[in-house]
Amino acid sequence: MIIADLRKTLRHNIRDYGMYIALFVIMAFFTVMTQGIFISSRNISNLMNQTGYIAVLAIGMTLVIVIRHIDLSVGFLAGFLGAVAAIAMTSWGLPVGIAIPLVLGLGVLAGLATGLLVAKLGIPSFVASLAGWLIYRGALLMVTLKTGTIIITDNVFNAIGNGYIPDIFPEIEIFDGMHKLTLLLGIIVNIWFLFRSVRDRKSKIAYDFEVLPKGVFIIKLVFISVLLLLITWNLAGYNGLSWTIVIVLFVVVLYDFITQQTVLGRHIYAVGGNPEAAELSGISVKKITLMVFGSMGMLAGLSGILFASRLQSATTTAGTLFELDAIAAAYIGGVSAAGGVGKVTGSLVGAIVYMSLTSGMNLMGTDISSQYIVRGAVLAAAVIFDVYTRKAKR
Amino acid sequence: MNKPILEMRSITKTFPGVKALSEVSFGVARGEIHCLVGENGAGKSTLMKVLSGVYPHGDFSGEILLDGIPQRFRNIADSEKVGIAIIYQELALVPEMTVFENILLGNEITKGISIDWNETLKRAKEMLARVNLDVEPATRVKDLGVGKQQLVEIAKALSRDVKLLILDEPTAALNEADCDNLLDILKDLKRQGVTSIMISHKLKEVIRIADTVTVLRDGETICTLSATEGAVTEPVLIKHMVGREIDDVFPKRKHERSSEVVFEARGWNAWDQTLGRAVLKDISFKVAKGEIVGFAGLMGSGRTELARSLFGNPDEYKTSGEVFVGGQAMRFQSPKDAIKAGLAYASEDRKGNGLVLIQDVKENITLANLKALSRRGTIDDNAEIKVANKYRDALRIKTPSIDQKVLNLSGGNQQKVSIAKWLYVNPRVLILDEPTRGIDVGAKYEIYMIMNDLVAQGMSIIMISSELPEVLGMSDRVYVVSQGRITGEVSAAEADQESVMRLATM
Repeated sequence: MIIADLRKTLRHNIRDYGMYIALFVIMAFFTVMTQGIFISSRNISNLMNQTGYIAVLAIGMTLVIVIRHIDLSVGFLAGFLGAVAAIAMTSWGLPVGIAIPLVLGLGVLAGLATGLLVAKLGIPSFVASLAGWLIYRGALLMVTLKTGTIIITDNVFNAIGNGYIPDIFPEIEIFDGMHKLTLLLGIIVNIWFLFRSVRDRKSKIAYDFEVLPKGVFIIKLVFISVLLLLITWNLAGYNGLSWTIVIVLFVVVLYDFITQQTVLGRHIYAVGGNPEAAELSGISVKKITLMVFGSMGMLAGLSGILFASRLQSATTTAGTLFELDAIAAAYIGGVSAAGGVGKVTGSLVGAIVYMSLTSGMNLMGTDISSQYIVRGAVLAAAVIFDVYTRKAKR
Repeated sequence: MNKPILEMRSITKTFPGVKALSEVSFGVARGEIHCLVGENGAGKSTLMKVLSGVYPHGDFSGEILLDGIPQRFRNIADSEKVGIAIIYQELALVPEMTVFENILLGNEITKGISIDWNETLKRAKEMLARVNLDVEPATRVKDLGVGKQQLVEIAKALSRDVKLLILDEPTAALNEADCDNLLDILKDLKRQGVTSIMISHKLKEVIRIADTVTVLRDGETICTLSATEGAVTEPVLIKHMVGREIDDVFPKRKHERSSEVVFEARGWNAWDQTLGRAVLKDISFKVAKGEIVGFAGLMGSGRTELARSLFGNPDEYKTSGEVFVGGQAMRFQSPKDAIKAGLAYASEDRKGNGLVLIQDVKENITLANLKALSRRGTIDDNAEIKVANKYRDALRIKTPSIDQKVLNLSGGNQQKVSIAKWLYVNPRVLILDEPTRGIDVGAKYEIYMIMNDLVAQGMSIIMISSELPEVLGMSDRVYVVSQGRITGEVSAAEADQESVMRLATM
């Protein structure tokens, strides 16, 4: 009975669950192939920190693709803005608390500039952002021309990409060697998740909506809880939650809330789903386009900060190909090029899948040429899967 | 008697739920100009799609004989091979290519593996001469007016040794001079031995040019009239086209019209920049509170352009004239402004620009008024569900749940979702553009009932419809639109279909 329900649920929601299954398979594969090194606390922690700067770009890119556009400029924009942050702190002597908002603000402006070309002048976003790609690449080279790599010495700034949240009660002896605040947070989040899920289900039943069969629902909750706790345990085994993870989670939660719960989010999906219908419904397509590009620019700034902080320096090649990695992550995460479909949570998972491939293959000692081929194949597979499951639904 | 070039025998074609053609017979004599007339939805275009292979053999029942030989077209290419060419209203030219490239497109003259440009140019010039079009063959098609583009399209058909030329409303988008020219050229081609079939709504044109006229109505052949017998006059054609009586399919409502004018347009003009011609000329009309005002007219007459240009003008026509809502002069920059002022527009093209098909019923219903459901930008899910359920019940939208994607709903239920969306905005004036297009009789009746309820509550409705019985059955007053102008205003109680059709074909 439960098995049959489970099979049916999986078949119906294969599009939503496919990505998580893929992530699980990939992680299991690398764990076996590296005799467990891949799943070690240290490696997972590193993997998450590396995913951070691509993940935030992928989140912004998701919205851009949802409204049927693309933004190629964000890679070098991130690199350039990272360099601006470095210069602001080292040459201009600005404190980190001013440098970061400054960079994010500049990111918004850069995004709005692309957005203006697209929304007001009707220039295809591919071309408008390709111009940006060239300009920001030049700008990055220009500001790093004299100095080459700019070393960042600010400890607070560098902690963003390398530091971890402080622990509580390090003297208590239970869970020795574990990061206790991380464990505690993991448990709190898990309890909150269970509470929300049950409440949601109840309210859906009250409205007579279709819900998962009880057995499947419980399996799902147990599965996700176990997963969450395992991840928590894993991270707590090394240094705990890194600041990068905290920032990425904050961005994901914020964007998920905006896209799923707010009027603005609904308008974004309506514009992506049918721009003419949206315009006739009193939604300004231009305004939405501007906002989405503005947010993309801001996240490019954040990505630049995360990357510069991780390297503790701004380099002349920072941001190279980030935009394509972000686009790949978004597509792996289930965004549809036809517009109107795609979740930011999906893109986060897409980014983790994508970076897991890199990390796993590095551990296995796979040479870089094969790595590109494998990544390309996974992207193609993800898109084929997407097209196939969409057809099957009709 | 001339042996027929084309015979179509007992053609029947059904779409899910609708019989578009029922045992239609249609014969065309060699060398004649044969006009096909009928109301919108009578089956003219469907019949021509059957003939040109758009609907492949097996998709319909019946026989097609060309020169007495049975034909089984699998696609358009098959019908082109035997010499049938169809020219649609939307031209199939590549605007960025030159005239001569377009004429030989898909039929390139080659020498070895490369295109023989000299021969191409020579042949293109011959074809242009046949349609009497004096343009430089190297002109880009986008630089020509619509009338000339149409002639290029005909030249393209001629280059393929066409036996049977089909024109689907060729003059709908043309001005008078271009129309005259086109008709002259058709006569010219007739002298050259080309047989043509022309679909047209303009009866004057039909009378001027046709050797034979076939009238279709509700998917059936009503009659075939020969012009030589002098039997073809406007009243005769109109009578055959309309033919049916208004039966009692329209629910009655009590007439308590107020004299309070809620909406008025004065001297409204619109100029389409992409087409480069005026689509609306000097339109003035009024709508009173609690009134249903009908806009009758044929497709392409400018009714939808009127609605859209008034509703915030999303197509960015150049407009002039005055608009008053509740007595106040208004100027809308976008549909958003129009909605704010109390207007709503349910599009004729539900799937194209009315609904977001990939979203669910609930999301579509609340789309135009999410503000009412949100606090500080956050949507109240429970309130949204309540609203959606309320309208689902009130309009009896048949859906398994309000979580169902709109694309899975039937046409009638999609239309109800579209109306529900605007009811939730609670407008003063609701514009319904072809509210019952493509939906079955039962659902139509329900939509009429909803309309009556709304006007009883004091809403005003502007109804645009191509179905004359519907316009006359539902409206209080009817404006008739033809070629971008209002050609008449009639009281629905007194008007009959013949008089409205006469105004619509002016």
